Amino acid sequence: MRFFEYEAREVVKRAGIPVTDYGFTTDAAEARTIAERIGGPTVIKSQVLTGGRMKAGGVKFADTPEEAEAHARDILALEINGHMPRGVLVDPKAEVEQEYYAGVVWDGTAKRPLMLFSDMGGIDIEQVAEEHPDHVGRGHFSTIEPFSDFQAKQVIAAAGVTGRALQRATPVLARLAQLFLDNDMTLAEINPLAELKDGSFVALDAHMEMENEGMPRQKNLIEALGIGAEEGTREDHTPTAFEEAVKAIDAADHRGVIQGKDTGFNGNIGLVIGAGGGSLTLTDAVRQQGGKPANYSEIGGNPSVAKACGLAKQVLQKDGVEKIAVMMSIVSNTRVDIVARGVIKACLELGRDPGETIAIFRIPGAWEEEGFKILDKYGIEYCDRSVSLWEAAGRAVAKIEGAS
Amino acid sequence: MRKDGIFIAVEVDDQVAADTELARKLTEACPVDIFAQSADGSLEIVEKNLDECVLCRLCLDAAAAAGADGAVKIVKLYDGDAVLA
Repeated sequence: MRFFEYEAREVVKRAGIPVTDYGFTTDAAEARTIAERIGGPTVIKSQVLTGGRMKAGGVKFADTPEEAEAHARDILALEINGHMPRGVLVDPKAEVEQEYYAGVVWDGTAKRPLMLFSDMGGIDIEQVAEEHPDHVGRGHFSTIEPFSDFQAKQVIAAAGVTGRALQRATPVLARLAQLFLDNDMTLAEINPLAELKDGSFVALDAHMEMENEGMPRQKNLIEALGIGAEEGTREDHTPTAFEEAVKAIDAADHRGVIQGKDTGFNGNIGLVIGAGGGSLTLTDAVRQQGGKPANYSEIGGNPSVAKACGLAKQVLQKDGVEKIAVMMSIVSNTRVDIVARGVIKACLELGRDPGETIAIFRIPGAWEEEGFKILDKYGIEYCDRSVSLWEAAGRAVAKIEGAS
Repeated sequence: MRKDGIFIAVEVDDQVAADTELARKLTEACPVDIFAQSADGSLEIVEKNLDECVLCRLCLDAAAAAGADGAVKIVKLYDGDAVLA
């Protein structure tokens, strides 16, 4: 789940990290009132769930409350990357001595949170990491063992920060790490984290993303931020026709689970894949061996024939799909024969020869003997668990490349 | 009566199919709704569900328990018309 900046700042504030005396509003006249309260130059920032605000004119500086109101009016009417703003954030223009970056992100490979700190804030951390790697400190921490501020200090020191700044930044990064754990975040970022003229640290911008599955557990926080259930996860993705169709097939039948994604895919090999991480492994295996997937999918939980058939039909009907590869890791709670029936039925209903259309069927496991009898009847190339996922993917790619 | 899907065919003795009590038991037993009862209570085979058959034998057991052992046959069309025993 994604958060607007004004919500992320509230999360940061609740965690005990200093923030500026900002105000959020959806009304230009109120922006003026907030600017009057602040009593000095302000920054008016569009509240949109997309990047590129500054370049699009969604961030403007105002010297007077009148100017703040005028900027707020302009920004509230400004669409950025297809997004209209939720409102504007009116922020005091801080006297910054130095900008830093502080962040915590979920590292899916290490399966642990990763703290990041840099003394080069205000720009993308990816750019800093690439161009000035010695200015980025990193450190994983446990989600089980108690967190120690010392771990944060080590990360900050690794970025070359010393002395007073090191002492003052440490509690900020430590609280950000704790906030990350407490609120089921996948990303918690303060950029820039400003060191003011008086040596204090304050968060000038924040970006938070919460694990979707953590949302029920974080109900109190979500409610406190005024986020209604109707807003969902706010994911910035409009489902394609393929994705909508697969979702509808899945919803119509309680047996098993299917998912399909094709955003960013435009290849010629349709994938009907799944089982315990098998989908990711198989998609990678196809790509790394030169194959071009037409989609990503997940099938499992013992789907019905109709559900397996529905997914396979959707994949087969995608533009450019020449053949499908039906592959899973070893299955125990999904029946091989049922999936075999489903994908063959899809071919037949679309008037295609299953033996020609299914490049490979590699699903070993429950009821495989029965499944193999079905596959034999229709002349489909299949393999058992003695053939690795990698090899099966390679065979599918070779067959499609050979046919092209 | 007999109906064929792509993978599975179901055959039921006509006399048994007319038995409303057995029709009820078969309808209850099948986890994938291959059997249903028509308005007069007799047995119907739901063609669209034939290929969903999970070979669980519950219908065979229900028939046997009602004294109609062998009256219901599940035929695997992909396996040389082998009958589920």
